[in-house]
Amino acid sequence: YGIAGLEVKEGVETRQIEKLLIANRGEIACRVMRTAKKMGIQTVAVYSEVDRNQMHVEMADEAYCIGPAAPTLSYLKMDKIVDVAKSSGAQAIHPGYGFLSENAEFAELCSQENVIFVGPPSTAIRDMGIKSTSKKIMSAANVPIIEGYHGETQTNDHLLREAEKIGFPIMIKAVRGGGGKGMRIAMEKENFIEQLEAARREAKSSFGDDVMLIEKYVDRPRHVEVQVFGDHHGNAVYLFERDCSVQRRHQKVIEESPAPGISHETRVELGEAAVRAAKAVGYVGAGTVEFVMDPEQKFYFMEMNTRLQVEHPVTEMVTGTDLVEWQLKVAQGEPMPLEQKNITLRGHSFEARIYAEDPDNDFMPGAGPLHYLSGPVETDSIRVETGVRQGDEVTPDYDPMIAKLVVWGPDRAQALRKLQSNLINYTIVGLDTNVKFLYQLASNSHFASGDVHTGFIEQHFGELFPSKAATVSPQLACQAAFVHMITSSNNFNKEENQDLAGNTDPFSRCAGFMVNLSPTSETSLKIGDCDVTVQAIRIGTTSNGETIYSMSVSGDVDVGADEITLSGYARVDPETAATYVVTTVNDVTQRHKVVMFPEKVKGSSVEPDSFHLFPSHHSASVKVTLPLPSFLTRQAAAAGGNTAGQPIAPMTGKIEKVLVSPGDNVTRGQPLVVMIAMKMEHTIRAPRDGVVESVRYAEQESAEKDALLVKLKELDEPQ
Amino acid sequence: MLQLTNELRCTVSEISLGDKNAQKRHVSKGKMLPRERIKGLIDQDTAFLEFSQLAGYNLYGNENVPAGGIITGIGRVAGKECVIVANDATVKGGTYYPVTVKKHLRAQDIARQNNLPCIYMVDSGGANLPRQAEVFPDRDHFGRIFYNQATMSAAGIPQIAIVMGSCTAGGAYVPAMSDESIIVRKQGTIFLGGPPLVEAATSEKVSAEELGGADLHCSKSGVTDHYALDDQHALYIARSVVSNLNIKKKVELCVEKSEEPLFDPQELYGIIGTNLKRTFDVREVVARIVDGSRFNEYKKMYGDTLVCGFARVFGIPVGIIGNNGVLFSESALKGTHFIELCCQRKIPLVFLQNITGFMVGKDAEAGGIAKDGAKMVTAVACANVPKITIIIGGSYGAGNYGMCGRSYGPRFLYMWPNARISVMGGEQAATVLATITRDQRMREGKPFTEEEEEQLKNPIIKRFEKEGNPFYASARLWDDGVIDPADTRTVLGLSLSATLNAPIPKTRFGVFRM
Repeated sequence: YGIAGLEVKEGVETRQIEKLLIANRGEIACRVMRTAKKMGIQTVAVYSEVDRNQMHVEMADEAYCIGPAAPTLSYLKMDKIVDVAKSSGAQAIHPGYGFLSENAEFAELCSQENVIFVGPPSTAIRDMGIKSTSKKIMSAANVPIIEGYHGETQTNDHLLREAEKIGFPIMIKAVRGGGGKGMRIAMEKENFIEQLEAARREAKSSFGDDVMLIEKYVDRPRHVEVQVFGDHHGNAVYLFERDCSVQRRHQKVIEESPAPGISHETRVELGEAAVRAAKAVGYVGAGTVEFVMDPEQKFYFMEMNTRLQVEHPVTEMVTGTDLVEWQLKVAQGEPMPLEQKNITLRGHSFEARIYAEDPDNDFMPGAGPLHYLSGPVETDSIRVETGVRQGDEVTPDYDPMIAKLVVWGPDRAQALRKLQSNLINYTIVGLDTNVKFLYQLASNSHFASGDVHTGFIEQHFGELFPSKAATVSPQLACQAAFVHMITSSNNFNKEENQDLAGNTDPFSRCAGFMVNLSPTSETSLKIGDCDVTVQAIRIGTTSNGETIYSMSVSGDVDVGADEITLSGYARVDPETAATYVVTTVNDVTQRHKVVMFPEKVKGSSVEPDSFHLFPSHHSASVKVTLPLPSFLTRQAAAAGGNTAGQPIAPMTGKIEKVLVSPGDNVTRGQPLVVMIAMKMEHTIRAPRDGVVESVRYAEQESAEKDALLVKLKELDEPQ
Repeated sequence: MLQLTNELRCTVSEISLGDKNAQKRHVSKGKMLPRERIKGLIDQDTAFLEFSQLAGYNLYGNENVPAGGIITGIGRVAGKECVIVANDATVKGGTYYPVTVKKHLRAQDIARQNNLPCIYMVDSGGANLPRQAEVFPDRDHFGRIFYNQATMSAAGIPQIAIVMGSCTAGGAYVPAMSDESIIVRKQGTIFLGGPPLVEAATSEKVSAEELGGADLHCSKSGVTDHYALDDQHALYIARSVVSNLNIKKKVELCVEKSEEPLFDPQELYGIIGTNLKRTFDVREVVARIVDGSRFNEYKKMYGDTLVCGFARVFGIPVGIIGNNGVLFSESALKGTHFIELCCQRKIPLVFLQNITGFMVGKDAEAGGIAKDGAKMVTAVACANVPKITIIIGGSYGAGNYGMCGRSYGPRFLYMWPNARISVMGGEQAATVLATITRDQRMREGKPFTEEEEEQLKNPIIKRFEKEGNPFYASARLWDDGVIDPADTRTVLGLSLSATLNAPIPKTRFGVFRM
């Protein structure tokens, strides 16, 4: 192969991959397929019954349905997947991340069945998958590790004693865990047992194993990880580090490479430690060595992820590599494409993970339709990694990630600016997303200065979640009212209102006309959380036919300037079908993209008509909600019972534990039910004091979002 | 003129505001005000062509009956132009005064002539008992409402009732006679005899809700078809009822792209003075009403006191007939011919009425003005195309007939605030009466002093002035409303649009006296 500086071992079997099965879904499946296609490799997708219309299925050359939605019956079904590989003639399986990517048994099964597993040998997975073993190995390889108890005695008392030995705060983690699942922090002795048990339950359901380890919790730690790569010839290199400190619920939000504020010496030390770690387990393929770094830049080995990470694109952007290509080449038995000294760091890259979740509600994972989805245009320095399209649905069956936005810039400041402006361009309607939060984060001055650690979001909570403005500007209120008036009028973009000559129906044309009375209209809206009422009087028409309104606003609006003159028009971009509304308020012209979201009634909840305004200038988008006709809520209430003040399911999930029974007196905040949803545990607490009237679900039953879980006696009922 | 218009707008605004206390009581029951109901019923952000806002104005002495206690008009509901009749329960409990009946019947007439579905928002205590003699017995009294409902339904014109308040006695027939009816729970009640009457008759004590509430009528009696939780819900249901009517407006005219007039309608305030003796060229008015101010005049040089020509309003072709002075034989012949043209081509006619009458005098009579005038009156009477009349000035004598006054069945008739309507001008009438008196005195050999003449003339002039006033006329429903001259184009366009819901039949004229 002739790459100087790289060892080439005799006798390493090389085997060309002509067809590749991707045992995954969503963006990573699409990502792997893109490289495979580039390399001329045919692709095979597998999918569960609910994923039939997913992007990865459409993108693959051939696709096989492998079972129902539940991952254990489809994407985790090893024998089925290997069967598909063999029957489709695929030589290799790429597991992506998650699912089977770090499953040693699967890797073994593949090698038994003579299918290449694109990943490390099963021994490395097993060694690194069991955290206590991995630490022993690392310690022996002279990689710094953190104190902890990784022993086999798992009784509560024993773990508590060990915790006291190490000293609080203590991190409790599932030995087989990862991705933040089965992980809890006990700040003090008192809540150790409660946290321990919660971690166990979560681990049990996620990994089928509830063996826990505990270790010292590092304060203000940074999460710095090194991308390493090994090949079958015994070579191992590092591709520099990533900083993934900014996390919520122990899951990454924004990742970047290189890590900010790290000296060259530390960078090399980190890289070399990571390579030592990889070599210690005979690592082959892409891996990540995670370190926890304290404020003095002292770092300790945390764990090694024996897979391609979600955030690998930032490394690709700064090193100019295609890590999937490397994986496939190495899997074919080739030595890796570059030696260490030729791997250089160029510029800076960020990745923001766009999730279906509600940042305002403790980042509660969400699901729902992608009613409208429009992202930035991809260029050499902007990548959008996604596995969904407009019209798709984010289902509660799988990870709620919608996309990854990856940007590159010559330096951190420029990259960050690019991240901000492209987040603005991300418009998603239909479900709650974290886009606005990501923008806040990317715009935060502490983030800009690189002062990151895993507690960043908690520390800067006040800045990242600015207390909801109690008022909106009158301009915005008027713009929103205008958008509502113009888009809800029967005139708007409806051809049936026109006769053959193209005239608008006279009753629409004379919109709002009343004989001898001023055509006033009153619009009540909720902008964000602010209730506003806008009164508009038509006072004329501009030279280009826009209606001019004199508007006055009341409600939750800023003081002053409550008399506003507004004119405007709406147009629909024929190419993108996007609606733009241009308004001139007191001689200032602005443009907003409008995405409508019609009202929907489901079960006991009704969501009113709403629309989102995405300003073309750099200010945050707003959601405008229209008042709901009271009969709709009444109807819904009649259909589903009044759930106001009642504990309801925050999302679709399974009831894990019921903690109360009918007749119990409960106090506000008391846990009632434990639910498992999105593989996370949620405790549903009593919204008020009361008496339990009935428990609506038994353990192991599944409950829909907004379903009433426990009925509390109505307050006005005599008890 | 601007002052008159402002006066009009102020008066109408006051009428629309109504009685604050009664409204407060009404709203406190969870009910919407009639104007809000209409706003909620019609398509968002569309026009509402309200009729006869001045009905009942100063009509019943100290009793104030704003808008005649009922609001009527044409609005677009679920894409379909409909006549809406809404009782105003804040006006004397929504009871029917004579003018209320007249206004209700007029709205039904409009619906029948223009083939428009009717939506009745019922919230009324029925006939106004103290005035029952003026409300109940005659042909065009209360009973005619239900007669109209039955015969319109027979003619395929949908009748829809929304019971939003009480429907007592006769009123109960409004929903009962409708094709489809909606009732609001705990608000709407329907019964032939109310609880007091029931108690008097059978000493049975029963609440209004038990006797005729929504639950009863939707689940037991079957008097109503749809159960609404509140007013808003009822409006929502009504909209869906209309959307299922399966009727489509078929426009058989050659409609063109509409344009705004080149001249600003606001200029009409300056052009039209308040003194009717000061003349203006009706073409100035046409130029501020029609598309692109384009007017294709017919026979411009002949009979020039009558201006005829073709134009478009909102792209809809119209034949316009306007007055530029007294009608001579030639003018009448020209008008007759033009009406024939429009009927042949099925083009709607618009009359801009400003007429003192047909020419009188020896020459005129000898020239056969009576038979030429009769030709025009025959043509106007028989013309089966939609006719819309706007009285923009005087409306006197036979001129009123020739220019399609109320008796000639225009689909709509509006007045400007400067207009005057009477059999002749007040001064002429006074002079005529004075002359007759003088002649009488002379026969009797008695003197007739100038003083006496003034005493005779003044009250007549005053009376004519009062009774010829558009507010007086509109209060009695001699028209469909007094409008702001600057809104003429809009009102005309909306009215025309409404007329096109009915097919335009062939016209057969009567015998023209030659």
